[in-house]
Amino acid sequence: MEFKFHVEGGDFTSAGTASSQIKKVLKQINIDPIIIKRVVVALYEAEVNIVAHAHHGDIKVKITPQQVYIRLDDEGPGIENVEKAMQKGFSTASSKVREMGFGAGMGLPNIKENADIFTVRSEVGKGTTLEITISTVNNG
Amino acid sequence: MEQKTIYHALNIMPELCNGCSHCMKVCPTQAIRVRNGKALMHPDWCIDCGECIRVCPTHAIKIAADDFQRIFDYEYRLLVLPSVFFGQFSNYISLEMINSILKEMGFTAVHVPEESVDFLLETMNHYIEENQRPVISSFCPAVIRLIQVRFPSLVNNVMRLKQPMELTAHHLRKVYSEKHKADMAKIGIFYVTPCAAKIASVKSPVGDYISPIDGVINMDYLYNRVQKESVKKLAENVADLPQERIQLSGKAIKYTLTGGEKDNMWQTGLAVDGLQNVIDILERLENGEIEGVDYLELRTCDESCAGGILTPNNRFFAAERLRRMAKKLPEECWMPKKYTDYLASIVNVGQIEPRSIVRFHPETKEALKMMEKAQEIKESLIGIDCGACGSPSCEALAEDVVCGKATIEACLFQRIKSGKAGSLSMEQAVGIMEEIWGADKFVDK
Repeated sequence: MEFKFHVEGGDFTSAGTASSQIKKVLKQINIDPIIIKRVVVALYEAEVNIVAHAHHGDIKVKITPQQVYIRLDDEGPGIENVEKAMQKGFSTASSKVREMGFGAGMGLPNIKENADIFTVRSEVGKGTTLEITISTVNNG
Repeated sequence: MEQKTIYHALNIMPELCNGCSHCMKVCPTQAIRVRNGKALMHPDWCIDCGECIRVCPTHAIKIAADDFQRIFDYEYRLLVLPSVFFGQFSNYISLEMINSILKEMGFTAVHVPEESVDFLLETMNHYIEENQRPVISSFCPAVIRLIQVRFPSLVNNVMRLKQPMELTAHHLRKVYSEKHKADMAKIGIFYVTPCAAKIASVKSPVGDYISPIDGVINMDYLYNRVQKESVKKLAENVADLPQERIQLSGKAIKYTLTGGEKDNMWQTGLAVDGLQNVIDILERLENGEIEGVDYLELRTCDESCAGGILTPNNRFFAAERLRRMAKKLPEECWMPKKYTDYLASIVNVGQIEPRSIVRFHPETKEALKMMEKAQEIKESLIGIDCGACGSPSCEALAEDVVCGKATIEACLFQRIKSGKAGSLSMEQAVGIMEEIWGADKFVDK
């Protein structure tokens, strides 16, 4: 089952639309609540990333009985140093964004923590693509 | 997932139900459908919140209660009466009068469940420091059930501590068995409930423990009896009432009102009342959108227990009256250490298990297939959620069709489409309507 969402940069009021929708679906197909939480947290962080940093982006979510695959493509400034951005606490957010409660430097590390497979591809000045895969089969 | 039979305090009386579908529209777990002109409830999905009772125009949904005469099965008849009860009366009716009327009705003593809140609040503050935050209050049983059914990923955030009614019941049992040397079997503890959810929590507690409460009396019933007697007493000008005090404190009175827990927390807390507000907060919490909050006080009813379905008077008047009463009382009222030590030994409850709704199929693979089908059906429906199909929304009808519990022609618009295409006769259309709304709706009166 596939879902598509469009996200506008700067639209903080709509952040969380995709994660709410996906959460609802996963609950209805009896996915373990712990796994749902991981999907929701990872997707929400990624969604907020687009809102906070990019001009706009598209989210594609593919749910199969074995896994949830999420791909987020945005057009925006890109990430200069992906390695650094993956470190906890590293942030380039402006003070204005921080005041709003975002930009604490937990975005990408938090996604990584919740994903089984996580890849980031970014081109400065063009945009970023995230791929998140979370297995829905509870192994532990 | 465990599938135990869950006790429900709510019962739909078929002889009174006219199938108007008001209840179906407000149920937060979509547990109600209309079939054959009657509302049917899915027992595994009901959380005893009582929203259906509020909107039922024919009073067809009844709240179960124990027979009042059962109190006389016991020698020591102890009443655990929530302080919210005192907010129901006018200023002319004093606490002493209420107390003496209740004694005349047969109770040995009257206590408020909130006698134990000083102990509980302190215990909660320590609990918050040691557990996964935000900690969600376990005060409102409908909230716990809502989380079990709709927000299973949050069950571990629910505070695993007993609440005032249970703690006070334990305390009273201890006091009466020690001080009065009463035989345990002769002590009967009766709780007066402002809502349906508290009844369910006495009859089938969540968290693997047995309730210390022997019976439940509905607040509206007790109110009527006390009100009647007090009018008599006022008319007779009874002046020399026994000046026996009900043990009360400011904190105790305010505990059942919105903010009663949160205002006494050392950490950052949030107090939320009203079912939709609670659902909204839980959605956000589940999405990871809530940060910097250590404690969530969540109450299903607007104005908390003052808005309970069994409280007879206006919730705002009742809450205001109680707040004014609280100002005149000492802030705290600790019970002796000997008893708080005892309560500390029994305050914890066990694991709270999720009770996830199986909408489609227990197997994920099958559920996903069915859900895809339901999505297709939903897109073919008009999306006005009129409820004329006997399901609460177009989405719910699509689910019901996939699960074999309804046909697509249950939808009014689909029937007209099929009629227009010539594939459905008027007779067939009427037959479908009768199955949902009952044959009696289609005869001239």
